[in-house]
Amino acid sequence: MAELALRTEGLSRSFGGLAAVSGVTLECRSGSVHAVIGPNGAGKTTLINMLSGDLAPSAGRNELFGEDVTGLPPERVSQRGVGRSYQKTNIFLGFSAFENCRLAAQSRLPSSMRLFRRVERYHQVNAAAARALAAAGLGDRGDVPAAALSHGEQRQLEIAMTLATAPRVLLLDEPLAGMGAEESGRMVALIRALKDRHAILLVEHDMDAVFAVADVLTVMVNGAVLASGRPSEIRANREVQQAYLGGEDAHG
Amino acid sequence: MEAPRALRLLLGLILIGLVLFPLVGERFYIQYATKIMIMAIFAMSLDLLVGYTGLVSLGHALYYGIAGYALAMVGGDAAVSLWWSLPGAMLVSALAALVVGALVLRTTGIYFIMVTLAFAQMMYFFIRDSNDFGGSDGKYLDAKPTLSLLGWTPLDLGNPLHRYYLTLALALATYVLLRTVLRSAFGRVLIGIRDNEPRMRSLGFPTFRYKLACFVLAGALAGLAGYLTVVQDGIMNPEQLGWHRSGEALVMVILGGMGTLAGPALGAGALMLLELVFSIWTKYWQLLLGGFIIAVVLFLPGGLGSLFARRRDGGAGHG
Ligand SMILES: Nc1ncnc2c1ncn2[C@@H]1O[C@H](COP(=O)(O)OP(=O)(O)OP(=O)(O)O)[C@@H](O)[C@H]1O
Ligand SMILES: [Mg+2]
Repeated sequence: MAELALRTEGLSRSFGGLAAVSGVTLECRSGSVHAVIGPNGAGKTTLINMLSGDLAPSAGRNELFGEDVTGLPPERVSQRGVGRSYQKTNIFLGFSAFENCRLAAQSRLPSSMRLFRRVERYHQVNAAAARALAAAGLGDRGDVPAAALSHGEQRQLEIAMTLATAPRVLLLDEPLAGMGAEESGRMVALIRALKDRHAILLVEHDMDAVFAVADVLTVMVNGAVLASGRPSEIRANREVQQAYLGGEDAHG
Repeated sequence: MEAPRALRLLLGLILIGLVLFPLVGERFYIQYATKIMIMAIFAMSLDLLVGYTGLVSLGHALYYGIAGYALAMVGGDAAVSLWWSLPGAMLVSALAALVVGALVLRTTGIYFIMVTLAFAQMMYFFIRDSNDFGGSDGKYLDAKPTLSLLGWTPLDLGNPLHRYYLTLALALATYVLLRTVLRSAFGRVLIGIRDNEPRMRSLGFPTFRYKLACFVLAGALAGLAGYLTVVQDGIMNPEQLGWHRSGEALVMVILGGMGTLAGPALGAGALMLLELVFSIWTKYWQLLLGGFIIAVVLFLPGGLGSLFARRRDGGAGHG
């Protein structure tokens, strides 16, 4: 079986009295997509924040490639090969699309404590940035200021920046949110292509996309795992149908 | 991200004007222009923190004053060589910035403003009340530093004209150095931190380290300005590291345009020239100067530099 990339055990986080995530145990292997679905406020983003180091868990354990990384700060988690994208677009609006990716790729230099050499002169960084842009479908939009990109393109840039850090594990928080049909189709194809060489944890509301790419599904409700399994099992699960898939549809 | 053509043209003209100015300027004005250029160095060093890294320090005069005192302490009685006293004084400032920075950079926002101010005020009271630094009168520098190369003395710092050209050369060097640094990988990281530090961390940058390096560099350059102030004025007093000085530098940065490097240098010039003109004109000059600052902030939010430039480096990124 493929390498175990990411594993959590009883991961929990509360805000005041609210248990945003409680006791989540899951695994994600290289070469597969593990999708996490659930209604608004289920705790999906909070879960990703704990996996990326943006938030420290209140309880539980988080492992990367067999090593304990619980509570490590985000920069250390990132340097261990985790790339994340944000649900709310989180790009540098004052930079061009290419400069955004170059900044991201620069993070893989041994150090950016280089004060005199012009940043344009790092050819490997430039190449990595260009590859990431092209992969996300923005190959010809590099010179455009990020603020001038369309909403869908900004979402693509969000993914491109994540890719530019050369991650082995991808945490994608609603990558399709706000994308048109054509862009969505391209993003689904990209996720499928990335699957070969990455472990992907995907949070997404678009069920067609989720069922098109996921190998494993975890359903969260009110911070806890309701069900976990292969897509066919989840589809057949009565509880899940009642709580989430059936009746009123997910937004997005 | 080149400076717009109009701004570069203006800077070129100002530079030519500064080189030629002593041909026509009287002694008083040459000395005043020297002080302006020193403040321009100070303002540019603060812009690295405030405008490029988003670190609003209200205690930057600490590093300015401490280098000045370092020179006044070692060179008070007998002339010392500039070759070691200048790097030495800047090193003292850099070390002070390293120690203070390691503590204050753990805070952000309003707390950062407060603790930078607190450290500077602590040093202000210490120096003023201690017996070793000349108290509130200040410490005199009786002999200017010497500058000789293998027996040849290119500049005599007792001569105001020579001080003027030394200061001009160092102001230009500071500008070129900071321009270079801001275009480097390091400079990009600073701008990234200013615009969105959490995102920089999740991209894998240990931002604390970069902020500290920036704080130390800005401190060392503030030290250069403080050193030159003592060379120029022949005295260092505690007021030079008080919050007034820090605030004045912040006004220059904001007046000229944060995050534009050339803007704060322009801001230093504008503020000090207007101070001169208004104070000759009326005893209520501070009222006029205050009105001018308010008008610029209200009607030219990008600062005076924005008359020539469209936007600051890295754009209006507030992500
Ligand atoms: N920083 C915070 N402080 C307080 N409460 C928070 C914080 N972040 C999230 N929450 C709360 O935790 C719960 C889970 O939020 P979270 O954003 O993880 O949900 P989600 O599953 O990502 O929802 P969505 O599908 O809307 O993105 C919500 O009730 C939310 O209000
Ligand atoms: Mg969410």
